[in-house]
Amino acid sequence: MKRQSMVILLNENYHVCTGCALLCDDIEVITDGKKITEVKTACRKGVSRMKGCNEPMSPTVDGQQVDIDVAISAAANILKNSKSPLIFGLGNSTDGAQKKAIELAKQVGAVLDDTSSFCQGPTLEAIFNDRIKSCTLDDVRNKADVIVYWGADPSNSHPRHLSKFSYFPRGQERQRGWEEDRTMITIDIRKSHTAKISGDKFYQIPLQMDAEFIDALIDALSGKVPKVSFEFDPKRILELANILKKAKFGTIFVGLGLVYSLADMEPVVRLMDKLNEVSNFHLIPMVGHYNMRGFNQNLFNETGYLNRVKFEKGNSTDVQHGAEFSIVESLNNKTVDAALIIGTDPLSSLPRSVAEHLLDIPVITIDPCETFTSRKAKVTIPSALSGVECGGSAVRMDGEEVKFEPIIDVKDQTIRPSDEEILARIMEAL
Amino acid sequence: MGAAHNYEKVRTMANAMEIYKLLPKTNCKECGKSTCMAFAVSLLSRELTVDDCPPLKEDKLKANYGKLSDLITPAQGASESGMIVHEDKCFGCGNCVVACPVNVADDPHGAGIGRAPTSDKVILRVKDGIVRTSNVQECRRFGKDKILCNGCIVTCPTEAIEFV
Ligand code: SF4
Ligand code: SF4
Ligand code: SF4
Ligand code: SF4
Repeated sequence: MKRQSMVILLNENYHVCTGCALLCDDIEVITDGKKITEVKTACRKGVSRMKGCNEPMSPTVDGQQVDIDVAISAAANILKNSKSPLIFGLGNSTDGAQKKAIELAKQVGAVLDDTSSFCQGPTLEAIFNDRIKSCTLDDVRNKADVIVYWGADPSNSHPRHLSKFSYFPRGQERQRGWEEDRTMITIDIRKSHTAKISGDKFYQIPLQMDAEFIDALIDALSGKVPKVSFEFDPKRILELANILKKAKFGTIFVGLGLVYSLADMEPVVRLMDKLNEVSNFHLIPMVGHYNMRGFNQNLFNETGYLNRVKFEKGNSTDVQHGAEFSIVESLNNKTVDAALIIGTDPLSSLPRSVAEHLLDIPVITIDPCETFTSRKAKVTIPSALSGVECGGSAVRMDGEEVKFEPIIDVKDQTIRPSDEEILARIMEAL
Repeated sequence: MGAAHNYEKVRTMANAMEIYKLLPKTNCKECGKSTCMAFAVSLLSRELTVDDCPPLKEDKLKANYGKLSDLITPAQGASESGMIVHEDKCFGCGNCVVACPVNVADDPHGAGIGRAPTSDKVILRVKDGIVRTSNVQECRRFGKDKILCNGCIVTCPTEAIEFV
């Protein structure tokens, strides 16, 4: 009993890491009041997020340092004068900030999109529309006996994925440890760090051959002889199908490698249908930014679409949705004449030819740190590092809501306002 | 094997003495230990680092600081069980922490279920994004009943843990 109370006491000191969409909630930190000096249990990626940026951003207009209020009214001015502004990002913002951004998009009649339109959007869309069965990460820890990473390398993208939820931890129905109780499979085009841990359960397939491999696997699951056009021992596909068939609780983690190689999600939906005919399978997208799924969920709740929307000016409920409202198409077609970029860096993440239009239009960035995009922006507004300097809530990759408090004392006057506050002040200034 | 165990102990003591000789020997307690000898032992077990002794950084002890840093590096590299952590390769994924059978046995509701360790007895834990060792004498590869455990080796994606 005594021990128990100690554990609970410890839990109260735990913080949430916003380094990725795993939102690990068992992090202890030591601070000197202003900065985090020591971090326990978080991975290196999480530690570097929590320790803050190397190059914090300053409030600027046209490259000149200004008071933050001046930057905010300059931002409002740009949005006011724009016929068709783009609001983009928000994967590294709290739910509160995302909801504010949706309001702002309605007020100014903006195109609103996030990185999901060129990454996990299709997977999430299939889950939101109940086309694919999903489960929580806690279910995985407690029950999963077969875990598949497909086109994903969590050892680099979500370092604690295997240790906290999928392969190594003991769970209610997985008491005997990973060697006996779980099988971990990796399907990828290269032997990643994660693939290495899978040992002989690593299936290496050629680039862009995922759809073909899925169909061969469906054949094998249906008792047919699997055939693929590339060199691959059909016996190994049958062996894989057998493991999947025997699973009591299987989960496939879908990474960008798989999403990028498919034209649409249909092959995955087919595979999941087949798997649930002969076995019991769930799917979870390997969402990157800590609250990308939150953005998709919040927009979906509001409009029925998870990304790529355009609102009519003046708070009307009219909303259009379509591929033409993705950041990529909006920039390619030059249909937007100003951009508000929040917590992301499109100039470095998008191909140069696409991002180029951003250099021709007024750009506002809201971010704690300097980025490629912020260096080219007309207006920069520094914001609090969420999860460290401001609290809120976010949606984990499996759809679970996680609440968090700021780690650093927010009463400290030098702390920058949160994304949510900045957006609210822009709306006021409008 | 008992002899080997004793030998390890003897070696440890000798090293602690060597370290002690280079410390300020004032027992000022600034490092949080009650004596410089206790600090020397903590240095060996890697519980503390040379930097935890502020007086060592004063100018007159600079040479000793340097010598100690050199001395501790090998001890930091290979702990008494022969374990070496290549810190540059480790990215703090925690696989080894959760897979280590000693960690699981000592901390079934913390490290054992993938969460932050809640017991002082664990061998492996992650601090500042890198795995740290303590209680290495509990490692199953160490001591008189040793077995060839490789839990932390095969679960590491980057071969950051090695035994010599
Ligand atoms: S896995 Fe992700 S959420 Fe967990 S500690 Fe690492 S960066 Fe943070
Ligand atoms: S801080 Fe250094 S000098 Fe002071 S007691 Fe500790 S070891 Fe000795
Ligand atoms: S060898 Fe085994 S007991 Fe020793 S630290 Fe590694 S996993 Fe733990
Ligand atoms: S498994 Fe390897 S990379 Fe992961 S924490 Fe342990 S030593 Fe570091």
